[in-house]
Amino acid sequence: MKYIDVNQVSKRMNGRIAKNNILKSIFLAATVFGLIVLAILIYRVIVDSVGWIDWDFLTGRLSTAAERAGIMGAILGTLWMMLVVAPVTLILGIGTAIYLELYAKKGKLQSIIQTNISNLAGVPSIVYGILGLTIFVRAMDMGNIILAGGLTLSLLILPIVIVAAQEAIRAVPSFLSEASYGMGATKWQTIKNVILPAALPGILTGAILALSRAIGETAPLTVIGIPALIIPFPEGIFDKFTALPMQIYYWTLDSSLVAEYANLAAATIVVLLVLLFVLNSAAIFIRNKFQQRF
Amino acid sequence: MAANNNAKNNYVDVKGMIAKNKQAKSFSTVTEKIIPIILFLFAIITVFTTVGIVFTLLTETIEFFKLVPIWDFFTGTVLKPMSQNPEFGVLPLINGTIISSVIAMLVAGPIGIMAAIYLSEYASDRVRRVIKPMLEILAGIPTIVYGFFAFTFVTPLIRSIWPDVAATNILSPGIVMGIMIIPMIASLSEDAMSAVPKAMREGALGLGSTKLETTFKVVIPAALSGIIASFVLGISRAIGETMIVTIASGSSKNFTFDITQSMQTMTAYIVEVSGGEAAAGTTIYYSLYAVAMTLFVFTLIMNLLARYVSRKFREEY
Repeated sequence: MKYIDVNQVSKRMNGRIAKNNILKSIFLAATVFGLIVLAILIYRVIVDSVGWIDWDFLTGRLSTAAERAGIMGAILGTLWMMLVVAPVTLILGIGTAIYLELYAKKGKLQSIIQTNISNLAGVPSIVYGILGLTIFVRAMDMGNIILAGGLTLSLLILPIVIVAAQEAIRAVPSFLSEASYGMGATKWQTIKNVILPAALPGILTGAILALSRAIGETAPLTVIGIPALIIPFPEGIFDKFTALPMQIYYWTLDSSLVAEYANLAAATIVVLLVLLFVLNSAAIFIRNKFQQRF
Repeated sequence: MAANNNAKNNYVDVKGMIAKNKQAKSFSTVTEKIIPIILFLFAIITVFTTVGIVFTLLTETIEFFKLVPIWDFFTGTVLKPMSQNPEFGVLPLINGTIISSVIAMLVAGPIGIMAAIYLSEYASDRVRRVIKPMLEILAGIPTIVYGFFAFTFVTPLIRSIWPDVAATNILSPGIVMGIMIIPMIASLSEDAMSAVPKAMREGALGLGSTKLETTFKVVIPAALSGIIASFVLGISRAIGETMIVTIASGSSKNFTFDITQSMQTMTAYIVEVSGGEAAAGTTIYYSLYAVAMTLFVFTLIMNLLARYVSRKFREEY
C-alpha cells in the first residue's frame, strides 16, 4: 500500500517553498520601506536647506524677512532649556531610581510608584503641556519663560530617565556592594562610592537619549504658548524664549504664505537633527567606552 | 598637639578615638536616616505629577460641564468655539482622531508586523544588527520633522496622484504617522516573537514546515499577546500624536468621513486653542481641558488595555 504519493508531495513542496521565498522578499521589502522613507525624508530636508544654512543664519536674529532670518535665539533658547531639564531630570531621576531599587520595601507603595511611572510614560506629551500651562505658567505665574518650558519637559522625560537609571542600577552586580558592606561601609556610602559610579555610564546614556527626546519635543511648548517671533536673545532661565522645534513649527505653518519659510524650516531641521545626532553619538560613545561588563 | 604628645608618649588616646568615632558615627547615622527620606520625596514627585494632571484636568473639566452640558459635549456634531453662538460638540474631534489613527494603523500595522517577522525569523544576526539601529533612528526623529515632511512632501505627492485631495487633509498626516509608528510596532512585536522558544520552531521545522508555515502556525500564535499589545500601544501613540496632524491636517472642524478633507484631532484642537487668545475663565478655555481629559482617558484606556493583554494572554513556556 502506498501512503505517500511522491509526485504529489514534491509538487506541493515546490509550491510551499516558492510561497516561503516570495513572502520572505515581501517581508524584507516591508523592513526596508521604513528605511527608504527615512532616506527620502533626510534627502528632502537637505535639498530644501541647501544655500540657506550659513554663518548669518546660525548666528542671526529672528526676522520676518526670510533672507535675514537667523536662529541663534532659538538655539540659545533650546540650550538654556536643556540647562534646566538636564539637572532637574538627573537629580530627580537618579534619586527616584535609587529609592525604588535600593531603599523601598517591596510592597504596595513601591508598586504604586512603579505602576504610576509606567503609566506616566504613556501620557501624550501635549497633556504635559496642559499641566505646565496650568501649574507653571498660570498658577505659579511664571509666564512662558525658559524655566516653565524646562520644568514641563523635565516632567515629560522623567519616567524615561527613571527607568533607564533603574536598569543601570539593577545591572550593578551584588558582589560589589557586598564587598563594600563587608569593609564596614554604610548603605549610603556603598551607594555613593560603589553602586552609583558603576551605574553612571548606563544612567548617562539613558539620560542623554531622554534629553534628545526633550529637545525635539514641540507639542508641550505650543501649549504653554511660546510666541512666534522673539527678537532678543534669552540671557537666563527667566527670559521669554523660542526653541528650535517651535521655529520649525511656525515656519512650516506659514510656508503656504511665504514659500521661503519652507527653506528656513528645512534649514532649522538640519540644525536640530545635527544636534540630536551629536547627542546620540555621545550616548553611544559613553556606553561603549565606559560601560563595564561584570 | 594632642596627637603629637600621644605619639611621643607612645600612648594611644583610646577615649579620644572613641569620642571621635562616635561623633563621625552620629553624623553618618543622621545622613543614613535623612537620605532615604529625601529620595522618597523625589520618588513621590512622579506621583504628584499624575495627581497634578488628573486634578487640573478634572477641576477645569467640571467647570466646563457647568457651562456646556456633558450630554451636548459628547453627542454634539458641531464644534464652533469661536463663533457668536459657540457650540461645543466633541464628536468632530473624536472622529478626526479615530480616522487619523485608523489610517496610521493601516500603514504601521501590516508593515510593522512584516518587518518584525523578517527581523525575527528570516534575517541573519548581521543584518539584524544593521537594520535595527536604523529603524531606531526613524523612531528618534522629532515629530515636528515628520509634520514638515507630511506637509511639504507627502501632501503634494498625494495631490499629484489624486487631485481631489485638499491642501490640508487627514490622509497625509495619517500615513506619515503610520510611518512614524512602524519602528515601535516592529521592535515590540519582534521582541515578542524572539521570546518564543527555539525548541518550538525546531519542532515545526523538523516536521517539515517551511519557515513561513512555522512563522504563521507556531511563532505568531505563541507571540500573539505581545503583538496585540504592540498594536494597542501603537494606537495609543497615534491618538496622542500632535504635531503631524496639527501641521498637515489644518483646523477645520468638519464632521466627515472624507479622508481627502481637513479634519481636526483632539490634540490639534488643544494646540489651536491654547496657542490662541483663549483667556482664562472663558468657555473656550475650559473646553481645552475637557478635550484634554477626553484624550487622556482615551490613551489611558489603551495603555491599560495593552498591559492587560500582554499579561493576561501571555503564553508561558
